[in-house]
Amino acid sequence: MIDIWILTVLCLTVLMAFAVIRLVLGPTAPDRVIALDTVNTLVIASMILLGVVFQQIIIVDVAIVYGLLSFVSTLYIAKYIGGEL
Amino acid sequence: MTVVEILIYACLAIGVVFNSLGVIGLLRFPDLYTRMHAATKATTFGSIFTSLAVVVYGLSMFFSQSDSQYLTLAIHAFLAAAFLAFTNAVSAHAIARAAYRSGIKPALAVVDRLEEA
Repeated sequence: MIDIWILTVLCLTVLMAFAVIRLVLGPTAPDRVIALDTVNTLVIASMILLGVVFQQIIIVDVAIVYGLLSFVSTLYIAKYIGGEL
Repeated sequence: MTVVEILIYACLAIGVVFNSLGVIGLLRFPDLYTRMHAATKATTFGSIFTSLAVVVYGLSMFFSQSDSQYLTLAIHAFLAAAFLAFTNAVSAHAIARAAYRSGIKPALAVVDRLEEA
């Protein structure tokens, strides 16, 4: 039963690597922000799954805090790109 | 395989498939707004489904073993999925607004109704 969770986490890790390609290539700055946001979402999803793999609830709490911090940082970068800061 | 295992496998499969579609769209689409359309919506949907698999696992383990640790796992995974849904939508809107204000136009567009309004 544990194996399917590790397999899903590995799939999400491969997807993160592909999103990093767009993060490096991206022609404009908002492209890079979108790629970083995608990587953050995938990190949160895999942290929730890792909480099941390692049987540690604290990892899920870390995922919640990580999500809120990445939300705040994305809003700040958006303000900076829009020239409102 | 029990019904709960089939449900968990289905949720994980849906989540991985939609996350893959989102990342493929992020790599393949021509301009910023279509990339945002693919990446934000598909990735949020897929991550909600992988979290839903954790919620189903926690609830099934709680009802079979009556250990309150698994109920905590289910509730916290649900909270994380709810925060993910709200914050992804708001941050995608903020980035789209900032990109329009900084002068980025869609690649194949011929008319800009937002500028005329």
